[in-house]
Amino acid sequence: MTIQFNDETFRDDYTFRNSAEAIRRFPFPFDRDSYMYSVNMEPHKGGREGSPFEKRFDVDEHYVAEMRDRAITLTEDPLRCQSLPHMELAGWDLLDLIMQSKAEDYPDLFSLQRDGNQWHWINRPLGIDQRFTFLDATTLPCGPMEYITRQAQGDFAVLDQREGNLWMDAGMVTSQADWSLDFDIGMNFFEWHAPVPRAAEMGVFQRALKFLLNVQQGSPARRLNWTMTVNPRLDTSPENYHKWGPEKRTITPENVGKKQFLRVELQTFWRLPRSNALAFPIRCYLISLEDLVTVPKWGRRLHRVLRDLPEDLAAYKGFAVNRPMIVDYLARFDDGAETSPGIFAD
Amino acid sequence: MTARQLRVAAVEPLTPLVTRFRFECPEGGSLPLFSGGAHVVVEMPDDGVLRRNAYSLISDPMDGSGYDIAVRREDAGRGGSRFMHTRVAVGDLLRIGAPVNLFALDLTARKHVLIAGGIGITPFVSQLKQLQRLQLPFELHYAARSRAEAAGLRLLPDLPQVHLHLSGEGKRIDPAVILQGQPLGTHVYTCGPQALIDRVAEVAAQKGWPRAALHAEAFLAPPTGAPFTVTLARSGLKIEVSPHQSLLEAIEAAGVDAPWLCRGGACGQCETEVIACHGRIDHHDHWLSDSDHAANTKIMPCVSRFQGAELILDR
Amino acid sequence: MPRTEFTPSITTRPVYPGLSPVPGAAALMLADASGAEALIELALQDAALIAAAHVIYIPEGAPFGAALAALHPKHYHEGPSFSAILPRFRKALLDAHMGTRLYLAGSETLIGLAMAEALAAGLPVDAIQSDHRGSIARRMQCVHCKGITEGVTTDPFTCSHCGLTLFVRDHYSRRLAAFQGVCVDAETPGIVPELQEIKP
Repeated sequence: MTIQFNDETFRDDYTFRNSAEAIRRFPFPFDRDSYMYSVNMEPHKGGREGSPFEKRFDVDEHYVAEMRDRAITLTEDPLRCQSLPHMELAGWDLLDLIMQSKAEDYPDLFSLQRDGNQWHWINRPLGIDQRFTFLDATTLPCGPMEYITRQAQGDFAVLDQREGNLWMDAGMVTSQADWSLDFDIGMNFFEWHAPVPRAAEMGVFQRALKFLLNVQQGSPARRLNWTMTVNPRLDTSPENYHKWGPEKRTITPENVGKKQFLRVELQTFWRLPRSNALAFPIRCYLISLEDLVTVPKWGRRLHRVLRDLPEDLAAYKGFAVNRPMIVDYLARFDDGAETSPGIFAD
Repeated sequence: MTARQLRVAAVEPLTPLVTRFRFECPEGGSLPLFSGGAHVVVEMPDDGVLRRNAYSLISDPMDGSGYDIAVRREDAGRGGSRFMHTRVAVGDLLRIGAPVNLFALDLTARKHVLIAGGIGITPFVSQLKQLQRLQLPFELHYAARSRAEAAGLRLLPDLPQVHLHLSGEGKRIDPAVILQGQPLGTHVYTCGPQALIDRVAEVAAQKGWPRAALHAEAFLAPPTGAPFTVTLARSGLKIEVSPHQSLLEAIEAAGVDAPWLCRGGACGQCETEVIACHGRIDHHDHWLSDSDHAANTKIMPCVSRFQGAELILDR
Repeated sequence: MPRTEFTPSITTRPVYPGLSPVPGAAALMLADASGAEALIELALQDAALIAAAHVIYIPEGAPFGAALAALHPKHYHEGPSFSAILPRFRKALLDAHMGTRLYLAGSETLIGLAMAEALAAGLPVDAIQSDHRGSIARRMQCVHCKGITEGVTTDPFTCSHCGLTLFVRDHYSRRLAAFQGVCVDAETPGIVPELQEIKP
């Protein structure tokens, strides 16, 4: 099936929209009516047909517009993409992984021809036709990680593995939830998670790290994370917080269904072959409450989750101030009926 | 563990005791690439016993056309290397796991100093290829008894940074000399007999090197020992571990699934809770802490054994 | 000047356990006025260590120079500011071999800047010891304009570069030798919480 790419924006006039198909396949993150931090990892080896879990790197109707938004963000602030010097090999590993996966999973959109180190990459949606020499950065317009992540949806962290820890040593981060790559680059797993409330005492990061250190080649893993965002905005960076912050206070009982979005991260974890680094793509999906409640199970469940969430978690996720309006709105779609287990719509 | 069936494409003696084996895809095609220092686990169906031994890859990490390993025949060992030397021939099919790296280069290092003793040269063969490819500064010191026994001579490039220390020719390796005057940001990697690893660590400590700059391949072959009996509580089984079998192999032979990665006491994957221990666990691993060893509440079944009346595991 | 005791905080908030001699290893030492006494105390524990050390001192008008010189370090140098001693410090790192230990004492800014230099030169982090004494003023990076404001003692404070009002986080970057400052009134421009003195 060929994807019809949306012409839409993630800033200013916010023309972002989800088609009926995009709503149906949305990765709703709650498998029960309550939420607590957990490692919740599972193997990333495909998933329900048509779901965002099916392909290794999901491409959807927002692809072209998201890449356009990333380019704007990078022009304004090139520090959103950084790679410490020892991470170039990992950048090539990531380029190899994404190009091969996309060419195999979406042959109508992408193609990769390899003759030894002479590679020919075609990206039809973005109109790119590039011949280059693998492992020779002078044959690409920019470094390998930046090159490929300008053509792949979601943020990318590339983690070096040493001293029994993971280090945030490279990344492309233009749609993050309140963390700064420029500030956090070079930090280890516990350091970059330091601002998360209560996580340290729960030992959840100890367990997560142990799992991630042992992710093996050919056996990627995935998990879902979530937050709430006002407007379909990708660049919710701390760098620009003073610019988008005021939008958070524009929610009213009348517009909450349209302007308040559930933001879901599909995080995947890949052992990279040549560098032994770990690739950590963080793919972002947005859905307005109004669209979300068209799936009755999701409307009921999101109401219960947000209503019962501890206050410090709501504050950390940045929506404590709007929570009463969100919960009031969602309550209208919760008749108290039981919900079925699992994340998928009934 | 994702393993695939590969065909033995070459068997070549390097020295009287060390033989190189090459594996390729039976249907042609490319194998997953790897990083310098990675190993694979080779499955050996040895007369009803399924052995799984880890061997460092010695081929070029950037070349997926095949995997090369070098196996030293250990006649006093449990039989894995003997199986490779006596039973494996070109054309045979063996199951090989995906590459795993527990001895990776620290790419933040300014310089890499590699110290090998005997068959401990193997992980450095692929590390050298990676270092050369990345044009990183390094020196390699290779200790062996004699030229005739030094399998690495056939595997190493002829470079001024590669130094040979042959004790038979009176040139014994001296870690104190090697570690002297190394620039800030140097990392040291040691693989070989435990005495060499300990000596490098001791010299480095004397000279004030921080531990994070020291790396050692702490792989162990599972030791042999007296047979013992173990109760697997979750599976409701009582199993016998024979003298030449590891506890992990005995668990697998009983049809119980247990996680593992290195099978050499280093990676921590097979860590198992001890429910009851009336006797003594012979801990041989590098994974558990000293206090864990003393407490006898955990065991690494890949290398550790037991003597006594009763051992009950949560497995 | 006594060692500063900080209240427990998040993982990235640096802690300064103090100096203890590592015998046998070459030593590079750097202190400002508030940290000089920490080096003198170190010499009391191990006179041989300091006799073989390269000591760099930034007196800032304090009277400890004579006492430090009297410890007879192998190399002793005084400079008027961190930026003045930096070329010499960098040369010392360049000439240093593995095994060298770095001892830092004084303000958080001095420790942070020297540590960032040493890490960039390849010194492993566990070869560095530090003892915080004196001012608890913070070196803050504005996450918005990336400018560094030195000597921040209040929360919130005004970014000396872009003028935004920033709150003081405990999140710290060793690479930047700075804490993170984030706009405090981003959602409600002009509504700023009451000014507080930063506490240890």
